[in-house]
Amino acid sequence: MKRFIGFITKEFYHIFRDKRSLFILFGMPIAQIMLFGFAITNEINNVDIAVLDHSKDATTKEIVSKIEASKYFSVQSFIQNEKEIATAFKKGKIKAVLIFEKDFSKKLVKESNATVQIIADATDPNTANTISNYTTAILQKYQQEINKSIQTPYQIIAKSKMVYNPELKSVFMFVPGVMTIILMLVSAMMTSISITREKELGTMEILLVSPLKPIQVIVGKVIPYIFLSIINAIVIVLLSIFVFKMPIAGSLFLLAVESVLFILTSLSLGILISTISESQQTAMMISLMALMLPTILLSGFIFPISSMPLPLQIISNIIPAKWFIIILKGVMLKGVGLQFIWKETVVLIGMTLFFIGLSIKKYKIRLE
Amino acid sequence: MKTILFIIQKEFKQIFRNKGMLPIIFVLPILQLVILSNAATFEIKNIKFSYIDSDKTSVSRALIDKFEASTYFNVLTDFPSTKIANSAMLKGEVDVILEIPNNFERNLIKNKKTDLAVTINAIDGAAAGVENVYINQIVQGFNKNIRTTLLQPSDVVNMPNSILTIPSFWYNKTLNYKTFMVPGILVLLVTMIVLFLSGMNIVREKEIGTLEQINVTPIKKHQFIIGKLFPFWVIGFGLLTIGLIIAKLLFNVPIIGSVFLLYGYTSIYLLVILGIGFFISNFTDTQQQAMFISWFFTVIFILMSGLFTPIESMPQWAQYLTEFNPIKYFVEVMRMVMLKGANFEDIMPQFLKTLGYAIIMNTLAVISYKKST
Repeated sequence: MKRFIGFITKEFYHIFRDKRSLFILFGMPIAQIMLFGFAITNEINNVDIAVLDHSKDATTKEIVSKIEASKYFSVQSFIQNEKEIATAFKKGKIKAVLIFEKDFSKKLVKESNATVQIIADATDPNTANTISNYTTAILQKYQQEINKSIQTPYQIIAKSKMVYNPELKSVFMFVPGVMTIILMLVSAMMTSISITREKELGTMEILLVSPLKPIQVIVGKVIPYIFLSIINAIVIVLLSIFVFKMPIAGSLFLLAVESVLFILTSLSLGILISTISESQQTAMMISLMALMLPTILLSGFIFPISSMPLPLQIISNIIPAKWFIIILKGVMLKGVGLQFIWKETVVLIGMTLFFIGLSIKKYKIRLE
Repeated sequence: MKTILFIIQKEFKQIFRNKGMLPIIFVLPILQLVILSNAATFEIKNIKFSYIDSDKTSVSRALIDKFEASTYFNVLTDFPSTKIANSAMLKGEVDVILEIPNNFERNLIKNKKTDLAVTINAIDGAAAGVENVYINQIVQGFNKNIRTTLLQPSDVVNMPNSILTIPSFWYNKTLNYKTFMVPGILVLLVTMIVLFLSGMNIVREKEIGTLEQINVTPIKKHQFIIGKLFPFWVIGFGLLTIGLIIAKLLFNVPIIGSVFLLYGYTSIYLLVILGIGFFISNFTDTQQQAMFISWFFTVIFILMSGLFTPIESMPQWAQYLTEFNPIKYFVEVMRMVMLKGANFEDIMPQFLKTLGYAIIMNTLAVISYKKST
């Protein structure tokens, strides 16, 4: 036992001695959470649009000022003819052009029908679609205002209630994702590197011939990272509560237990990576290339899984991050207890055991 | 010159000798491009829809049929009570609950007005907004139909003034996400591979101790740097080429602009990335550190690049920060040239900024490299 404690102390020295890595280890979660909270959003804000007004009457002016007043758009320029649209788009700043037809208000009053054309730069399909939806919504509202006096019979009104995130803040959706990615990458990458490092430098041989059992070597390697990851998780949760006013609807204890479980899953994945790679370079590239993008893209962190093609939906099941994100969203935002997320918990436990089992099978206590 | 060639030869040999790394450099990125491009979509489909029909009349059933017919919704279950429906939402089994109240049909006919209650899981706020729009579209459409069938001669109807909006989507008529994402993900893969490889390469020699051996040889500073970085420059081009071929053949992404322009820009861009990688390896002692620092910057660069989320929606201070992000320029140039057919003049600002970046980074890297330890 004393030997074992000595070994763990050695590991802690290794980590704390390296100030640069330590800085990144703790700076990373803070920087990412801040960026997601303050800068990154999948909503649109202040998108630059241009107006091509063939009519130039009171109605079109009013509509343009309504659009300008919304937080979604800022009217950057008025263009004179259709030819200028392509030039504006190629420069890249203008994302959409609104075209009012000739005699807009005359047509609206006389024929009770007028047309606005929205030309969107659809190189970014999401922004294009959202622009088109929001402009339509603004025009609908304007239309309702001018038709106030007219009563339409047989109306069905759908009253929507947004639950779990009534203000539709995108940070609520990103916090669980960022937390998952950081825990995953820090734990998996750091353990795999620190074990292969001993292999590459040749010190693994020394450890293997020491009286420490192989299992103690591995556990000793992992313990400091469990400790660091828990601190990271705490920092992230504190930031999301105090800086972003995110409510933790469920039990903090459950949140803590599930987080430790996920940290263990990631660490066991890191151990597995270290058993199959010979050099630090390989270990790092596997943890980064094979883990980073799939974790970002297939976990439901940014992109909804249900919209993906079926084969990818099936593949997403083997990404541990997917399950942890479901758990986090459940506990943090929906406030559910274990009875709602036991399936996801069992999957994570199963994955952890699988990774550990596989690592034991692959682990070589002798050198070749 | 001859010395440089020998160093380049050595580097290539080392790269191709490492059988563990080869698939990671070439196969993994391609595999990711092929698979992950399909995942990156904000399109909202297969919304898990459920309903509580307390009315059970022909009108309420007709409304549910409309949802069933829509391609956006997967109509899952008919819940007997709100309580059971809410618990299903907690479990994540449904995204939307539509409640059709008692007397839905009667209210509509008698009072000429009736309400529906819709509950939407809004954890993903942007998706919830879109779902709300879709639901309203279906309800409004249904409302219009039923109005014409219910309308009595005694009802007074004034034609409301209506504004019609006609959207048209340029450069990507079908709003195909892959057209948007494939060029972006390609940028990402090229950048990551080149940065990580170059960042770790020199540190590796440091760590193993072979850098000292090189330092005592008559190899000059510039020869060493060029010889070290040239192979990764070539690998970057190789990846770009394979990626472009896949984009064209597999994903049918249009390449409207000039391919030469794309390569011309990439040759400068890769210098920026190599410069950053070299700079990082000068300031680190172990591969672990180098990797960690490269990773830190890559993640931030990716998130701030406009690849997944639009830059113009960020607050002003964040938009200023993105000016220092090389990935942002490459993503912009890729999309502008490939999808819009931008020419050299259009990408001039990006080109000049990248060039400036390349000069600064490489100067810093060369200055900070010392041939002695």
